[in-house]
Amino acid sequence: MSESLINYTLHLADNALILGQRNSEWCGHGPVLEQDIAITNISLDLIGQARSLYQYAAEKMNAAAGKEHPAVTEDTLAYYRTEREFKNCLLTEQPRGDWAQTVLRQFFFSTYQYYLYQQLQQYADTNLAAIAEKSLKEVSYHLRWSSEWVIRLGDGTDESNRRMKEAVNELWRYTGELFVPAPYEKELGIDPGSMQADWMKKVSAVFEEATLQVPEKIFMQTGGKTGVHSEHLGYILTELQYVQRTYPGCEW
Amino acid sequence: MKAPAIDKKVLYAYLEEIKDPEIPVLSIIDLGIVRDVVMNEEGELDVTITATYTGCPAMDMIAAAIRVEMHTLGFKKVNIRYAISPAWTTEWMSKEGKRKLKEYGIAAPDKRFSIPADGVECPRCNSVNTRLISEFGSTACKALYQCNDCMEPFDYFKCH
Ligand SMILES: [Zn+2]
Repeated sequence: MSESLINYTLHLADNALILGQRNSEWCGHGPVLEQDIAITNISLDLIGQARSLYQYAAEKMNAAAGKEHPAVTEDTLAYYRTEREFKNCLLTEQPRGDWAQTVLRQFFFSTYQYYLYQQLQQYADTNLAAIAEKSLKEVSYHLRWSSEWVIRLGDGTDESNRRMKEAVNELWRYTGELFVPAPYEKELGIDPGSMQADWMKKVSAVFEEATLQVPEKIFMQTGGKTGVHSEHLGYILTELQYVQRTYPGCEW
Repeated sequence: MKAPAIDKKVLYAYLEEIKDPEIPVLSIIDLGIVRDVVMNEEGELDVTITATYTGCPAMDMIAAAIRVEMHTLGFKKVNIRYAISPAWTTEWMSKEGKRKLKEYGIAAPDKRFSIPADGVECPRCNSVNTRLISEFGSTACKALYQCNDCMEPFDYFKCH
């Protein structure tokens, strides 16, 4: 039970960290200043969520391991774990692509997080519930912002519509995994599948306004939640962890 | 051992001197970040704070500033505790804090605009003929506006 709770907390944290890191690639490269600021603000919110979650996971891990083991911290969890130990969904690690792909991924993920945190607010573990309650306020902004962009580009020019369609084709296959429970979710009695109908309803409504088609049933990629990742995660971790692995324990 | 008594009022007066590094007119008391200050049984000072935003980079600086201020007052051991529940809300910002914000040129949180939209009062000329430029501003807590009357761009401290 305790191990599942740790794994689940790490899964939530890894989702937030990896997407935060991906979005931060836009820093200084956003299409206009205001949107550069928006996407980096979203990054910061996600990394903030990751910090709270890693801190909580570290607390649980240290309590379980006893005093003779070296203490786990939020930093060791972010910087010293390998690809196979990361439990983020494949969706979060996909390349940022163009602006269409970035905002569409954010929309898919924020919609998911919005319903997830709503449920998690009521969860029996009061720490996770508190983190969810706090993060939900931020996620509401992310969801509004990304919905507006999907509509603006989908129902925009020929080119923006074409790019949005390509983004849908590229990313749709990674959305199924969000709703497939990992073993640690099953053990905790958490069923992400219960949010799928709400998620689909929101996505369909925004797609309709954006003049985009919801794809037919296709084969869905899975694996991230149990540590089986696409080739992209290794590159992210290389960049993210480089300094700490080269100069262990360095601070500035 | 019974914990020695501390005068919270005096400590709060010192904490009032610590400003938000990103909005230096607001103290951490104005913001409502400080939830409690107590002396524990070991004679250590426990300061409980609640982060405004989860990713707010100012929080580490604020925690360090609290330590320094309290050490200076002679408290040898100072523990900063982070309370995540209840979540921080702009409702905790003091009236004085809202007044100082406006004077500084930032529109204070306004419940009518819990979702940012056109019409937040311009802190410079008080016009409500204003428009939302972006829900995300220079820091996580602010949105970007422009006044249609005096033409000045300004920040709005979002309801949270
Ligand atoms: Zn004005």
